[in-house]
Amino acid sequence: MTDTIRDVAIIGGGPAGLSAAMALREAGINDIVVIEREREAGGIPRHCGHPPFGIREFRRLYTGLAYARRLVEEARKSGASLLTSHTVTGARMDEDKIVLAVATPDGMTEIAARRVLIATGTRETTRAARLISGERPLGVFNTGALQSYAYLEHRRPFERPVIIGTELVALSAILTCRTLGARPVAMIESGERPTAPLPYFVYPRLIGIPVLTETKLVDIIGRPRVEAVRVKDRQGNERDIACDGVILTGQFTPEAQAARLLGVEIDPATGGPAIDQFGRTSHPAIFAAGNVLHPVETAGWCYREGRSIARFIARDLQSGLPEAKAALPLSAEGALRYVVPQRIVPGEEGIGHLQMRVKAAASGTLSISQAGKVRSSNAISRLPERRLTLSMPDISTEGGAVVVTL
Amino acid sequence: MVADVLVIGAGVVGCATARRFALAGARVILLEKGADILSGASKANSAILHTGFDAPPDSLELACMQAGYAEYLDIRERFNLPVVETGAMVVAWTPEEQASLPAIADQAVKNGVRDIRRIGPADIRAREPFLAESAREAVLVPREHVIDPWSPFLAYMIQAQALGAEFHFLTQVTGGQFDGETWQVETNRGPFKARSIINCAGIFGDRIEEALLGDTHFSIHPRKGQFVVFDKLAARFLKTIILPVPTERTKGVVLCRTAFGNVLVGPTAEEQEDRLRITTDETALQALIARAVEMVPALQGMGVTATYAGLRPASDKKHYRIRVEKDRHWITLGGIRSTGLTASLGIAAHALELYRTLGHGEDKALQPVADPPVFPVRNLAEDRPRDWSARGNGGIVCHCELVTRREVEEALSGPLPAGDYGGLRRRTRCGMGRCQGFNCQAQVARMSEGRLRIPMTLGEVKP
Repeated sequence: MTDTIRDVAIIGGGPAGLSAAMALREAGINDIVVIEREREAGGIPRHCGHPPFGIREFRRLYTGLAYARRLVEEARKSGASLLTSHTVTGARMDEDKIVLAVATPDGMTEIAARRVLIATGTRETTRAARLISGERPLGVFNTGALQSYAYLEHRRPFERPVIIGTELVALSAILTCRTLGARPVAMIESGERPTAPLPYFVYPRLIGIPVLTETKLVDIIGRPRVEAVRVKDRQGNERDIACDGVILTGQFTPEAQAARLLGVEIDPATGGPAIDQFGRTSHPAIFAAGNVLHPVETAGWCYREGRSIARFIARDLQSGLPEAKAALPLSAEGALRYVVPQRIVPGEEGIGHLQMRVKAAASGTLSISQAGKVRSSNAISRLPERRLTLSMPDISTEGGAVVVTL
Repeated sequence: MVADVLVIGAGVVGCATARRFALAGARVILLEKGADILSGASKANSAILHTGFDAPPDSLELACMQAGYAEYLDIRERFNLPVVETGAMVVAWTPEEQASLPAIADQAVKNGVRDIRRIGPADIRAREPFLAESAREAVLVPREHVIDPWSPFLAYMIQAQALGAEFHFLTQVTGGQFDGETWQVETNRGPFKARSIINCAGIFGDRIEEALLGDTHFSIHPRKGQFVVFDKLAARFLKTIILPVPTERTKGVVLCRTAFGNVLVGPTAEEQEDRLRITTDETALQALIARAVEMVPALQGMGVTATYAGLRPASDKKHYRIRVEKDRHWITLGGIRSTGLTASLGIAAHALELYRTLGHGEDKALQPVADPPVFPVRNLAEDRPRDWSARGNGGIVCHCELVTRREVEEALSGPLPAGDYGGLRRRTRCGMGRCQGFNCQAQVARMSEGRLRIPMTLGEVKP
């Protein structure tokens, strides 16, 4: 069905995918195709009508929407081809290429490429996956859907929602509500303190939105629309808060369907593909970058990571990367929720750092060891959902599996 | 117009009945208080097409199930409706349950389901390698199947509509009078007239009798069932429907495939007084997941795609509650608590037989439609081609379930358009996948604007 073999097919046209396309072109790789399932490329920033985006990449302060447009424009200018409304629905591995089955508005087609980059991003955990109790009225959804209502479709789904969760994205939910003329009635957090850094919570308090910590959502009431939520505080007291919507924020999870179709190994800790420090998955011709690897980082981080991993793809095509088989497994233990990459080829810098997250607020010694032998250690203290990185450790080829513990 | 038959309730029984009477040549009016078909008990079932192997012997329930089963298989290709031929195993996990298997097998044979087999651990393992090793023995029922629990009734209703049946949604029956010849039924949307009434009001069946007949022959005791739907990744761990050994009260928790490629576990069986408030409950959902993991340990940590709950119209007796008032031209098809999906077509045919015994004059005899039109519905099942792989589909709107713009448009403007977001989701599967509308809900809300009986948004905001 297809005679053309592309150099690189990038699945996902968000910050990581588009920046990778640009970087590949800059590195002299000619034939790049970005496969985007939405009608417009740009990824999650498309939904975010508010700043700040793009300061480091473009030295300008953009809204997410404007940032997404700029990314698309730059990617097009670079000469990469961009296919929108194209969805990867299957894959087959040939000796010298990967053939993707792609659904388009005009039926099925195939795209063959020497290398594939998975850059499919992330989404928030749904109501169902959180097993939230209650009725199932209209108006209960994630921040991502809220942003689409506001910035893509210009429709108001409710007027006085409650916001569940206090990650950074919950602040985006507030800003988005303001655009819609909706006024959140409360922010609800089951933990002892807000997840995002405290200074951010000056804002909801300033505009009069109470932030209820150590409070759990125990019931959603109403049909066909939300009429109230029931919450339970630390003492076990229950009360109803009148509202007409529920925004479930955060608890990001990788959008890993394409990775599964391609059959690459998934790390249960991240939910995304496992990679080495070059972004290589368990299939040496398939790479991954951006938030599909690590829920969740900023658009800017994904942009830089896309560029960084693109350079390894270019090197792989031009002169070859070190043998993937030489990699040693790397795993996270103790208070750590995950570590990316999950494999390291000794003596290679690659993306240059390990990225981690803690399960709960933790402080102690972050140590790297091989076969019980500690190779490095640092004292650290971290809250959940805060960036935690470490320079690529110096490990021994003979030392065996690498463990990072907190 | 004075209809021949006024059907109250557009659940599985009401829809099948409306179609059966339309085919028989009756002028049909169907009143539904919800915004779409299958808005009550019928929207929350386990989607199994039952053989009736475990139904009470010689019961009306068994007869209706087997007639319904046969008719479904007979018509399904013309309507483009799926059957996933999974088979079922009634699995005994304890010595006590194992002791009940011979009786289950005997009853199956007595019920005419003769192709059942008792199989031991090795055969169980060969068939379902991921099933827990504690499975001691099973009764294999090869012809228990999985279907799409929604599309058939849409297909029946479209056919009924083409034959002149009238449907009124958001229409709640509040009372009525019978003058010896004709019923006048009062609703929130004005009166409707018909010569006879078929009460298919499900969870409100007894209330409808009370309101219109002045007395009721049964009382509904709602029984809540909660379900968990696992991610499609779970499908590789299970092919066969896993049924428990039933108890007096309930058929128990089932683990099975869905026609859409997921695996579901449920239902719970919880008595409740409230007929309106239907909730999921975290503790119960966790218990269902734990039960599923006991049965298939590989489901440990499996993602949850959806959770839902429904009320089954259980009554004070186990059997179907059928009431015929010949002089008052009345039929109640009630107490159809968990076999209604399978039995619906059989119940509808039975209702037509009962109708012929009502005290209408000879001149009211119906003329069956000679060559009824059939409108195939779009396939939603995973095992057959869907619109996303076809030309001109307008692109994919819902990425998790691969629902196309054309499919959503059709569901909004077709012959029996969706009445609410739930109806739209069930017609197309949009928003039913992993992300539960994270990506598509807002777009679908906009597409549906001005076209649903219950709007998804409060209106436009100027950018």
